[in-house]
Amino acid sequence: MKKRKAEETVFKLLMIASITLILCILAGVLTVIVIKGASSLTLAMLIQTPEGGYYLGKGGGIANAIIGSFYLAFGASLLSLLFGLPVAFALQKEYLSPRLAHLTRLSLDILWGIPSIVYGAFGFIIMVYLGLRASLLGGIIALALLMLPITIRSIEEVIRMTPPELKEISYALGTTRIETTLSVVLRQAIPGIMTGVLLAFGRGIGDAASILFTAGYTDYIPRSLFDPVASLPLAIFFQVATPIPEVQQRAYASAFVLLVIVFLVSLISRLLSRRFSRHMVR
Amino acid sequence: MPHISLSNLTISYGNQKVLQNITVDIPNNEITTIIGPSGCGKTTLLKSLNRLVDLYEEIHVQGEVRIDGANIYDPKADVLALRKKVGFLSQKPYPLPMSIRDNITFGPRIHEMNGKNLLCQIQKLEKHIPIDSLCPNGRQKETKLGKNPEMAYLVEYYLRLAGLWDEVRERLDAPATQLSIGQQQRLALARALAVEPEVVLADEPTSALDPISAQLIEKQFKILKNYYTIVVVTHILRQARRIADYVIFFYLGELVEHGPAEQVFSAPRDPRTRAYISGEIS
Repeated sequence: MKKRKAEETVFKLLMIASITLILCILAGVLTVIVIKGASSLTLAMLIQTPEGGYYLGKGGGIANAIIGSFYLAFGASLLSLLFGLPVAFALQKEYLSPRLAHLTRLSLDILWGIPSIVYGAFGFIIMVYLGLRASLLGGIIALALLMLPITIRSIEEVIRMTPPELKEISYALGTTRIETTLSVVLRQAIPGIMTGVLLAFGRGIGDAASILFTAGYTDYIPRSLFDPVASLPLAIFFQVATPIPEVQQRAYASAFVLLVIVFLVSLISRLLSRRFSRHMVR
Repeated sequence: MPHISLSNLTISYGNQKVLQNITVDIPNNEITTIIGPSGCGKTTLLKSLNRLVDLYEEIHVQGEVRIDGANIYDPKADVLALRKKVGFLSQKPYPLPMSIRDNITFGPRIHEMNGKNLLCQIQKLEKHIPIDSLCPNGRQKETKLGKNPEMAYLVEYYLRLAGLWDEVRERLDAPATQLSIGQQQRLALARALAVEPEVVLADEPTSALDPISAQLIEKQFKILKNYYTIVVVTHILRQARRIADYVIFFYLGELVEHGPAEQVFSAPRDPRTRAYISGEIS
């Protein structure tokens, strides 16, 4: 009896310790970034593009990177949703045989595990082959490749949670497979779809390696899909890499901006998903 | 000619036969109950009548089910039209992930019924079951009919037909998931009826409900048999006694006995039926 109680206590302590550790890591990251970055975060930094000598400590801001990152991450999220949703739907047993679905899932899991620099290199080779130079479009495509497995797998996970009886009810009313998918399964899965897209968005907006060659970097805001584009992760990288302390501080300020964006997008999508889950059948 | 007639129907999952050589006619405009112990193939039989069994893998159907003279397992048979003609009520009610109103209009919209068609459909039904007979306290004219008066009338009519109108008239746009489980089952009934079926199949429709909700469902069935042919699977013998006009008794995948309710209950011919009805086996 004593032994069992001791076991219970040990495991409880372990859980508390792990949770504390997680919270500490988050608090640590936030503290470092705020302390080091907040002081050099100014309005000018948010709304101006770099002036000549910005990376040597002169005036300007990172508006090019903020806007660039938005373009890249939203474009890639949209693209990966556009191609991911049909795949996620097709993985249902009405469309694909279980063996083929299993194979697809396995491939997706492998793709998920591929380091993002590989997507960058792959995207770069394709672009060279097609004669494209580093551009917003190239960055969006490379990022979308990176995000696709995340989007598909997380959407598919919620789609699989749709009670089979619910689909049966819909079929019993005389619906076709696609009608059931679009008007029952899709509605049921909307909150999950938003979570999936958000997850992919978070990964995408923070990724530097895949866009390093494909999107390039520029001090200007892109005017078309074929212009090179700046991004926050690369802005952070370039600024941290300089030997000048003020510029390094700006790197932390940029990291802070990135963090706030991820936080805001997460918050908004959570609110939206609560609104959309009103009708969800549990 | 009876609506539904089964001849030599054998259904197997993989190598295991769940139903063997079933031959029986199901009388029109009566409540036929299928009784028998759990796991003897009652639900499979029911789901074979609207080909919901198609959704299961490895299922094999031999023999014929004729509905209005046409074999529904004919390769050329139109499954969607069949399922429109044969409504289905599941064991646990599942509201579709949408509002109460949309749950009712879902079917008619899928089948592209509108304006005149809708009105025609209800008028035909009203000859048998007038709307006033469904309003014990008199019908208040609803003032708000909106843009689509026919659809609004359809929603009211079917919700009254399912005995749910008075409880939901004020909140038709609320999510259907807010209803109690008993109300959800009546909503499911209204939803199934709204696609204009001639037959209603119900798979232990009250087994998840409290006694009062169960009683309401039974009451509606008795009203509905004026127009519909109703087949109810139940393992509650007392329920069968209350509502059945015709009884089919199954035992271990075999049709043991069928006949008018009074005869089967008062003078069963087969010793197994006798044992089941007297409560020796259950």
